[in-house]
Amino acid sequence: MKSLALLVAALLAGPAVAETVAFTGGTVAIGDGSQPIPNGTVVIRDGRVIAAGTGVAVPAGARTVDATGKWVTAGIVSGASTLALLDGYGMEETNDTTTKGSPFSAAIDIATSLNPTQMRLGVERSKGVTRAVVIPAAGNTMFGGQGAVIDLGADLDPVTRARAFQYVELGEAATKTGGGSRPAAHVLLRAALEAARNPALASGLEKDVLVTRADAAALLPVVEGRTPLLVHAERATDILAALALVREFPKLKLVLLGATEGWLVADRIAAARVPVIAAALTDLPENFEQLAATQSNVGRMAKAGVSVAISTQDASEGPYESYLKQYAGNLVALTRVDGATGLDWGQAFATITSRPALALGLDGEIGSLRPGRRADVVVWDGDPLEVASAALSVWIDGVQQPAGSRQTRLRDRYANPVEGALPKAYDQ
Amino acid sequence: MASIKKLAALALLGLAACSAQSGAKPKSASSGPKIAEPWTGDPYPSTYHAYPGVPTLVTDVTILDGEGARIDDGQILFADGKVVALGQSVPAPAGATVIDGKGKWVTPGIIDIHSHLGDYPSPGVKALSDGNEATAPTTPDVWAEHSIWPQDPGFSRALANGGVTTLQILPGSANLMGGRSAVIKNVYSRTVQGMKFPGAAYGLKMACGENPKRVYGGKGREPSTRMGNIAVDRATWAKAVEYRRKWDKYEKDGGEAPARDIGMDTLAGVLAGKILVHNHCYRADEMAIVLDMAKEFGYHVASFQHSVEAYKIPDLLKAADTCASVWADWYGFKMESYDGIPENLALLERSGACATIHSDDPNGIQHLNQEIAKARASGLRMGIDIPREVAWKWASYNPAKALGIADRTGSLKPGKMADVVLWNGDPFSSYTRPEKVWIDGALLYDMHDPKRRPVSDFELGQIGEGDVK
Repeated sequence: MKSLALLVAALLAGPAVAETVAFTGGTVAIGDGSQPIPNGTVVIRDGRVIAAGTGVAVPAGARTVDATGKWVTAGIVSGASTLALLDGYGMEETNDTTTKGSPFSAAIDIATSLNPTQMRLGVERSKGVTRAVVIPAAGNTMFGGQGAVIDLGADLDPVTRARAFQYVELGEAATKTGGGSRPAAHVLLRAALEAARNPALASGLEKDVLVTRADAAALLPVVEGRTPLLVHAERATDILAALALVREFPKLKLVLLGATEGWLVADRIAAARVPVIAAALTDLPENFEQLAATQSNVGRMAKAGVSVAISTQDASEGPYESYLKQYAGNLVALTRVDGATGLDWGQAFATITSRPALALGLDGEIGSLRPGRRADVVVWDGDPLEVASAALSVWIDGVQQPAGSRQTRLRDRYANPVEGALPKAYDQ
Repeated sequence: MASIKKLAALALLGLAACSAQSGAKPKSASSGPKIAEPWTGDPYPSTYHAYPGVPTLVTDVTILDGEGARIDDGQILFADGKVVALGQSVPAPAGATVIDGKGKWVTPGIIDIHSHLGDYPSPGVKALSDGNEATAPTTPDVWAEHSIWPQDPGFSRALANGGVTTLQILPGSANLMGGRSAVIKNVYSRTVQGMKFPGAAYGLKMACGENPKRVYGGKGREPSTRMGNIAVDRATWAKAVEYRRKWDKYEKDGGEAPARDIGMDTLAGVLAGKILVHNHCYRADEMAIVLDMAKEFGYHVASFQHSVEAYKIPDLLKAADTCASVWADWYGFKMESYDGIPENLALLERSGACATIHSDDPNGIQHLNQEIAKARASGLRMGIDIPREVAWKWASYNPAKALGIADRTGSLKPGKMADVVLWNGDPFSSYTRPEKVWIDGALLYDMHDPKRRPVSDFELGQIGEGDVK
């Protein structure tokens, strides 16, 4: 009863007042690629990070959280999710990810329809995920529409940035949604981007029209470089085709999603300064655009100078955004495998904190404990990249989040599975 | 060695057939040679053979024996494909390969009781999609081994990244009765027969819940509801009881042999206790229904698969002697998984019910050691302290038990198959990987030796061949 009451209170309260808090004595991980700092201090005030590291003074009057023996880190940022947009896979009634059936594609703006009260979001929050890139699925064209970046706070205002990017499929998935083949999808993509520059080329709602005026208008900030274009491409040649777009539309701010074969063209991705939100550990030729899949992909791209975030893209497990910490740990494990390329701890942690933020131009705002960032802080009972560790408390925008989740309620109800004096339904 | 094993397997099958015949007393002279009950024996017998190994001693290593014992700074010796001895100090024969295990761990090879490698292989193109015969709600006549593609690249990842040495390959869950499973050793072969675990019992994949009702409801036919699921199950079991009765009568009284029905063979094999039921079932209430249905028709459910709500009914599972095969923490990906919690395994263990980890996934199978680590940690946080050596039962001994092969593999008891993993650290960690994997004593993966890294035919000569994966 207690935690539910807290949750409801949090939801009804509107924007909570963020206090000044100092987390002291813990191992601090900032999330910017640096290594963990033993016995560090993190200070947050008014929902922002003031300072993090050693030699940080605790302001007078601050609430102090003793984190001795624990870890204090930036919250996890999911690089690719459907959180707040879908209650559960296989529950199609709840599915707001797809544009199928709509006359619009690029114009679709998921920020209109996000639901942060969904169960999944609360569970992932309790496991240390504080922000997420939410990606709409492509439906009637290879454009998925305008995605958002959200926070996972227990309130009704999830949007960190609406229309944070435009999503487009340029690989095998584009052959389903973009006209039957990759070359057909490329024609449509170029036509749409041209229409953005010249609205006279777009149409109204006539039958069989693929790019409406509304879609073209939504693509204008993309061709002008104000909104990133998030391109899902796995095959090396699809990645090169995406990079080639920038020659035709020079202001495009390209971001790659997936990039399973990115290591084959890592130097070219790096030279183009295109950030990647990679499939974390895909190592199977799950289709013909991933034949060169290897867990070393992320390490090899990073070594070539690519800014790499990881995501649950292509992850067949779940996807659970809380698995990102496990995947990041597994990238560290690769450094001890002969012939493999992994990441050091600081790099690995950055792939699930600052790198996804950086990919969408939000690293000045979220994704690390550098001064001025939004105060998304997680206190862990141990090294967060270890599978056995768990979040003890979660702070978003400087607000401490309700403890536990629906899962802990079920756990407590069934800790003793046998019914007592009343049925389980009375055990609250 | 190999040929002896093969002969032994054949002898076992022969004996099974003989006893079926000798138990019968033909009464009718016209009936000719007696036909054995058709659910006994294996017309597609295993041709698996162990590859050569060398006597190997691992020293100064942390050993989890798979049945709940742990030895620190211990030694383990295996030779001729079998575990020979383990303890603080084990005398090694002259010429044995000695491996310094300092800082490393040895465990039994992982057994994944729920995999679709081979019947839903990579690449996942339609041409290779062979896991669901979704053309009728009950297809006990289909056998997974007739779908398994032995060149699935996934087998190599499960071995090298996951330390998996034995798998059960199941048909999918579109059907109430999806067909027979196959238990295989994780050793590439030209044929599926060359992978089959010698002498392992067949399983019958069953499914309750959303999938069958969705698939057949979508086709406008029964079952379209959960009650329809059970109705079709019961009607089919009733026929199977009748089928078996005909064969039993024939065995007893002779006369004309009953007409063969390939699907009914499988179900009669279940009723006779020769084929093990592995029932995909998420919800507690549905599992309870299935357990009563099993009583009604006289069979035993060896395991529930995916049982995310097993923690609600550990007492019922324990009483039925039915194992629960689960993920560590999957939840909420479909309605019937909405109540999944990460304490499932720990709560089952505390209650004394048989529980196993499983993957059902070509990626998840690569880190089942980490999955049990998460489950263990979740238990610990609610005050259930399950030592690593006990938790490892979820990954090897309990799956072996549910598959009926625990007398041969699943733990490091002397005389059992030397299915062994050497980990480069504590396997309950994100940072640990298999260093070497032996199956029947043969070294089939070695992190330090690119030649001990299998490359399936599919990957040969293609981009990425032979890369670290």
